[in-house]
Amino acid sequence: MVKPRTLYEKIWDAHVVERRPDGTCLIYIDRHLVHEVTSPQAFEGLRLAGRKVRRPDLTLAVPDHNLPTTPRRDAQGNRIPIADPESAQQLAALERNAPEFGVRLIGDADLEQGIVHVVGPEQGFTLPGTTLVCGDSHTSSHGALGALAFGIGTSEVEHVLATQTLLLKQSKTMEVVVEGELGFGVTPKDVALAICGRIGTAGGTGYVMEYRGSVFRDMSIEGRLTVANMSIEAGARSGLFAPDEKTFSYLKGRPLAPKGAAWDAAVAYWKTLHTDEGAVFDKSIVIDAADIVPNVTWGTSPEDVVPVTGVVPDPESFADASKRAAAQKSLDYMGLTAGQRMEDVTVEHIFIGSCTNSRIEDLRAAAALLKGKHIASGIKQALVVPGSGLVKQQAEAEGLDRVFTEAGFEWREPGCSACLGMNPDKVPAGERCASTSNRNFMGRQGPGSRTHLVSPAMAAAAAITGHLTDVRELLEEKRGEVVA
Amino acid sequence: MDKLTVVEGRAYPFGMKNVDTDIVIPAHWLKTISRSGLGKGAFEVLRKEPGNVFDDPEYAGSPILIAGDNFGCGSSREHAAWALADLGIKVVIAPSFSDIFSGNAFKNGILTVVLPQEAIDRLMEVAQTDPIHVDLEQQTVTTQFQDRFQFEIDPFRKHCLLGGLDEIGLTLGQADTIGAYEARAAGERPWLVPAVA
Repeated sequence: MVKPRTLYEKIWDAHVVERRPDGTCLIYIDRHLVHEVTSPQAFEGLRLAGRKVRRPDLTLAVPDHNLPTTPRRDAQGNRIPIADPESAQQLAALERNAPEFGVRLIGDADLEQGIVHVVGPEQGFTLPGTTLVCGDSHTSSHGALGALAFGIGTSEVEHVLATQTLLLKQSKTMEVVVEGELGFGVTPKDVALAICGRIGTAGGTGYVMEYRGSVFRDMSIEGRLTVANMSIEAGARSGLFAPDEKTFSYLKGRPLAPKGAAWDAAVAYWKTLHTDEGAVFDKSIVIDAADIVPNVTWGTSPEDVVPVTGVVPDPESFADASKRAAAQKSLDYMGLTAGQRMEDVTVEHIFIGSCTNSRIEDLRAAAALLKGKHIASGIKQALVVPGSGLVKQQAEAEGLDRVFTEAGFEWREPGCSACLGMNPDKVPAGERCASTSNRNFMGRQGPGSRTHLVSPAMAAAAAITGHLTDVRELLEEKRGEVVA
Repeated sequence: MDKLTVVEGRAYPFGMKNVDTDIVIPAHWLKTISRSGLGKGAFEVLRKEPGNVFDDPEYAGSPILIAGDNFGCGSSREHAAWALADLGIKVVIAPSFSDIFSGNAFKNGILTVVLPQEAIDRLMEVAQTDPIHVDLEQQTVTTQFQDRFQFEIDPFRKHCLLGGLDEIGLTLGQADTIGAYEARAAGERPWLVPAVA
């Protein structure tokens, strides 16, 4: 009898080019996404060594991190120059490198442009059972479709460009099981934050996660992308969902997805991609869906999670000394005091976007709350940044852009935006942002910026009230209005 | 890549836990298109604090960094490894590292040494005043006070670091094996070649 295998082991086994005596494997890479920040030095390395890209057809380049989210072309279709010369230089490098090495580039003003982790699934470039890499840690997102996807450094980007392989050691396996039904107002982002809070940012180090249980089975593809995206915040380079009918119907007809007979053969294969009965995980985390509530972060690590109805923890409450010191440092940085109610924390900025939460469902969830409302007077800037040009187009077709702008939000062009301080969208020092992004690190949204990670609905709620808010109260209100 | 065999010198007694790569090198330093010169941006935020170890003349030019648990978590930016290399760091010693960071460090000739917290505590103490000796061949970290800590390392990584080998060059030597895999995969899973957009 064949030994039962986990989904991860099945994908791994199918990609072993060579197994070395010490257990290291040369692993074939089926898909490679390239962006402007982590690729210039890789292309430069190839050029200096006189090497080519082995499989340009398996490589797709999209700029996202540096791009301003303001218009990129004037009325005549001419490029509006990027003010920051270094950002302009990185974009120019990608625009030079892609054609030189025969790689397809989705340009900064193309309708399909967006954040690489939104574009890959949307274009059908990401497929179940493939190995997919990108020089960005949030590549874990693509695991939502059953791809073994992980972030790599620039030297590895160069290695994949040159050889279409990576030298890897097999990871351990961890199942994250959430059974039951999510409560009212609880979203996939809250699930992701709950996992980070539960196992910590190093909890998944050395593991590939697989998300199992009814909550993940019932979750939409967009929701799964949010959860898989944040696998890395819990330390796991990769997080997998077994592909199912939802996956297949999401992918069918996408531009780069298989067509005709190839599609049928692919689906037949994808149906075999699930963890076998009796397969053993190295570690198992079980969370009851009923225990997950709308969450926020209080500190400077994604593991610093509390229910929005909770309070800022007392650093003294942590058992280990270095954790106490870290918590105190976080509170000083965040300008918070132990025991303060999270709902009393006022914010000046709202950011709805990033590879975690910039897809159409995210925008719909936020817009549903904002319809007929306006941002609070204390909000200095509220940004909504669709994950791609296609998401933006879809949202506009549904009238969501008007809901946002009428509520006082700025409706922007797709890109990474205020998730990281690399483009003009930043949170000023000492100011506070309710953000749907994935990292609340010190200085992440700009030097001195203070970040509270939340779901899109919670970001909308904070926009309306001007402070961190339990979205369930506003949802109840909405429900009341509908009934009335 | 330079060969790495023995590293001896002072060490930054840093010790901080959960140091993410945004702390090692903030995002605005990522706009370079070159690998060099990033040492200036290393630990930029922490260096604004008076008395930080990185600006203490006592430790200037130290080739070793002693850090806390989960060093290099967060973003995959290899700029973190480039910044450390530019600062002159050849070895980072910590109780644990993020997977992506340790890979990036290795590819830039930086050795990541995993030792238990007790060993880290002891080395932090020694580092205040005295040098530390790291021997990759022997897989040991020693001090002049008879401390001796053995560490594990992946044999392939050890081989590459000792020889200063170029991993891409090594893999390109296996082009035929890769080609054979590609032919087999194309037969079994023909849909892997993307549809033409």
